[in-house]
Amino acid sequence: MVVRPERLTAAATAEQETHQPQAAPWSRQHLLDVDNLSREEILLLLQTAEGMEEVLQRRVARTPALRGLTVVNLFYEASTRTRASFELAGKVLGADVINVAGSGSSVAKGESLIDTVRTLKAIGADVLVMRHPSSGAPQLAARQTEAHVINAGDGWHAHPTQALLDAYTLQKALGSLEDRRIVIVGDITHSRVARSNIWALTTLGARITLCGPRTLLPRGLEGVAGPRALPHVEIEDDLDRAMAGADAVMALRVQRERIKGAALPSLREYAARYQLNAERLALAEEGAPVLHPGPMNEGVEVSAEVAHGLQSEVERQVQHGVAIRMAALYLLARTGA
Amino acid sequence: MDAKAIRRALLRIAHEVLEHHSRVEDLVLVGMRTRGVPLAERIAASIEKFEGKRLEIGALDIALHRDDLSLRDAPPVVRPSSLPESIDDRVVILLDDVLFTGRSIRAALDALTDYGRPSVIELAVLVDRGHRELPIRPDYVGKNIPTHRDDVVEVHLSEVDDGDSVIVRGAAIGPNEEAGQLPHKPAGEATSKQEA
Repeated sequence: MVVRPERLTAAATAEQETHQPQAAPWSRQHLLDVDNLSREEILLLLQTAEGMEEVLQRRVARTPALRGLTVVNLFYEASTRTRASFELAGKVLGADVINVAGSGSSVAKGESLIDTVRTLKAIGADVLVMRHPSSGAPQLAARQTEAHVINAGDGWHAHPTQALLDAYTLQKALGSLEDRRIVIVGDITHSRVARSNIWALTTLGARITLCGPRTLLPRGLEGVAGPRALPHVEIEDDLDRAMAGADAVMALRVQRERIKGAALPSLREYAARYQLNAERLALAEEGAPVLHPGPMNEGVEVSAEVAHGLQSEVERQVQHGVAIRMAALYLLARTGA
Repeated sequence: MDAKAIRRALLRIAHEVLEHHSRVEDLVLVGMRTRGVPLAERIAASIEKFEGKRLEIGALDIALHRDDLSLRDAPPVVRPSSLPESIDDRVVILLDDVLFTGRSIRAALDALTDYGRPSVIELAVLVDRGHRELPIRPDYVGKNIPTHRDDVVEVHLSEVDDGDSVIVRGAAIGPNEEAGQLPHKPAGEATSKQEA
């Protein structure tokens, strides 16, 4: 005899119907910044990246998850690893990937950002991965298009997928980030990587020590409060003191193209005071992971010995970058409007 | 089905697998996440008891291979799969808790081919509830349970739930009901497009 009980509520069905897949708790259309991501959202991205990392190790690293969707990489600024990893991430998930560079496209003929974004949507872009030298450009683009927009770095503002892959790398190296002290050393003012990392890592419970010349630390970091202010961080201008007992360290690239005038007297002096070398690394906790977002100026912000040493996570960061970008593409592109 | 019925069904599957395959070392048990994984572990434990050999086990996540991703509001959770070093030329027994439309199995077959080329892939399920939408059939069935398309079959396994049971929408299937009967296919009233 067939039993026919009453209809379950939707919630009960979702939980009890064991052959229905569990839906990811994700509802965002765009990934523009890290400052508005909840701890749960960040953890979901990292957990999803775990699955994606496994996909990358398969003999045939290709799934049909984004089949029929088009990802457009729109890069107004030079990039090797970010663009390449988004391209690979899209392809592994089965999407069509188109690369549009700022130079050599209609952008060079003076087409406005908004027109370019609309044009790309008109040719069928489902996801727009965008890098731009102006802070806020991806936010502007997101308001003009129905495509999902991923910020792949805008000016000094944010670089969400870099921060997420750094958080993923640190989590794998350290277990949990709860109450871990992480040193970020270098040019903080001009660094979207630092800014996004501060948000991501503190949201996961880490404590941040920023270290660098005063001229390259944003003013008023400690005092500001309010929803858009950065979370609490420690400031330490002596790298030896910052490194003492640190659980992990992230060296930032000295961005010669962004630093103007007197902020940085000489690279030699910078290296003398702020280079992450073996001596300074030895002050940190044993085995403390070393991160660098790349590209590295070896001999400036990091010594060659540390950059390629046992504690260096730099290569793994690049591999994790593909997995994180797959996670972001998947969650965004498969979230219904 | 209660805990005892589930245990008996899995034991029987373990025996049937051994009857079909004399070379135990060729076998790989691949459980489909979530509840196929504990099923694979239980069957491997039984086979180890009978034969003294530990089978290799895998866990397969099919989220990225589903055919309904564009129909959903939220993407399914993705978890890492873990398969043995090589499945080439091995006998893969795929395990799932409930066989319904067959679409999950299609996704699993698709995912498996990304890992290698098994000599044979077979399917074992704890419950076959009928209503296939694809030409897929199980090789080993714990119990055939006739259902209507709208019914919900709940499988609980102690590894991930509170205790062992199989329940069709709030009503337990009596232990005296015969296993092995053909799935009941209601004529003309199955219209809902429930996915599996």
